[in-house]
Amino acid sequence: MLEPSGLKINLNIHKYFLSVLSLLFLLITWQALAVYLDSSTFPMPVLVAKVFWQACVTGQLPYHLGMTLLRLIVSFSIAMLFGCAMGIALGRNRKLDAFFDNWLVIFLNVPALVTIILCYVWFGLVESAAILAVVVNKLPNVIVTIREGTRALDQDLMDMARCYRLSKRKILLEIIWPQLHPFVMGATRSGLALIWKIILVVELLGRSNGMGYQLHLFFQMFDVASILAYTLAFVGVIQLIELLILKPLDQHALRWRR
Amino acid sequence: MSAIKIDILNKRFPGVGEATGHLVIENLNLTINPQEFVCLVGPSGCGKTTLLNIIAGLDTDFTGEISVGQVTKKSKIGVVFQNPRLLAWRTVRQNIELVQERFQNAELIDELLDVMQLTVFQNVYPERLSLGMSRRVALIRAFAVNPDLLLMDEPFVSLDAPTARQVRDLLLLLWEKRPHTVLFVTHDLREAIALADRLVFLSAAPMGFVADIKVSIPRTERNNEQAIEEFRQQLMNEYPAIKQLI
Repeated sequence: MLEPSGLKINLNIHKYFLSVLSLLFLLITWQALAVYLDSSTFPMPVLVAKVFWQACVTGQLPYHLGMTLLRLIVSFSIAMLFGCAMGIALGRNRKLDAFFDNWLVIFLNVPALVTIILCYVWFGLVESAAILAVVVNKLPNVIVTIREGTRALDQDLMDMARCYRLSKRKILLEIIWPQLHPFVMGATRSGLALIWKIILVVELLGRSNGMGYQLHLFFQMFDVASILAYTLAFVGVIQLIELLILKPLDQHALRWRR
Repeated sequence: MSAIKIDILNKRFPGVGEATGHLVIENLNLTINPQEFVCLVGPSGCGKTTLLNIIAGLDTDFTGEISVGQVTKKSKIGVVFQNPRLLAWRTVRQNIELVQERFQNAELIDELLDVMQLTVFQNVYPERLSLGMSRRVALIRAFAVNPDLLLMDEPFVSLDAPTARQVRDLLLLLWEKRPHTVLFVTHDLREAIALADRLVFLSAAPMGFVADIKVSIPRTERNNEQAIEEFRQQLMNEYPAIKQLI
């Protein structure tokens, strides 16, 4: 019989092995399909890897990926900051909520493409218009999620804080924020996924760099290998964000749970 | 801190839809003198918690008036709720330090933790504590602010008998050392007699005033079970109305 810790390590290795196996299987399937189809629009994994490597060496891929990441960070930060503030305000104030509820529904349902086009038409093909378009698309989602979180706050704890006359700052940091954490993480994850998708369209329509712009070029040249290479880089970055930033944040925030 | 004057004409919880609602308190007049230890005794569900919430300023939806005297920004209120209400994401010690807003007093916390036998648990998250331990943390939290007004809502429920006795002694010790107004809600008459200067008996909903009795047992005799039992018997005989409440 194994020690508990030994069992755990064994399980981990098992899991690791399984995920490697599944990725390997995906690669083999891809290779087999490519060989079978033998088409220039369905390149083999080796070719994609070669294109990926070249794009990295020339600096093209890091540059465009970097531009997209920069836009992502800026628009994401703005959307989360204002979204959290507005969400808490609406969740705490019933009148404000009743007033702005219709606005939220409208903005939630305006198609992303419409806001992007309108932003470019009104403010020109400039960086700030691109950022604004992304923010306007993301903001209502954050507000709605945080508003739900604020409504679910524990009234008992709020009463306790009021009795002991805790300062506004303490109430926000020590009592409201920890309870909102799961909702903020939810908004972060769904938000990243949403922004990735929108930001490419924004770049495709009105920017001269970034992933969206590059993909547009490859599309015009039917360069599928490059499209796949860029996509892989993309997926890699998302995985890194999840592993290096979001997971540790989760673990830190939930350290008190049994 | 001056006297607390309670004058509630009525307090009603709104009904759902067509229902008329539920009248919780009707015509309650009560004055609590500064530095007095008052026990509110009444049957379960009579609105004692609602009354405490009103005094604490948490519930302002009632007809009547409450004057808590010179409650300035400086005067401190300590509250022990029926449930512990600890922050699950803060350790025991952080939970206590949280309420010591401008006057960190680590010594006092150490002392209280020691008396409550929680020193070894001070860096533990509340989810790992039993209910009785969490209640003791909530008590420490209330004592740690050096309150001018201490509101306690059945604080010793779910403590085992020896611990309850110990905490009761501590409460009295702290109160004698630094006199402050205490409002203590309970439905345990013996506990009330052992602690209070004054007993206020309240009727079942709608809550009203039944009797106001000074406890004549001297403070030194409060550990004497027999004296307390005698006083209780005497109460029952003199005020038959109380019998129905207990």
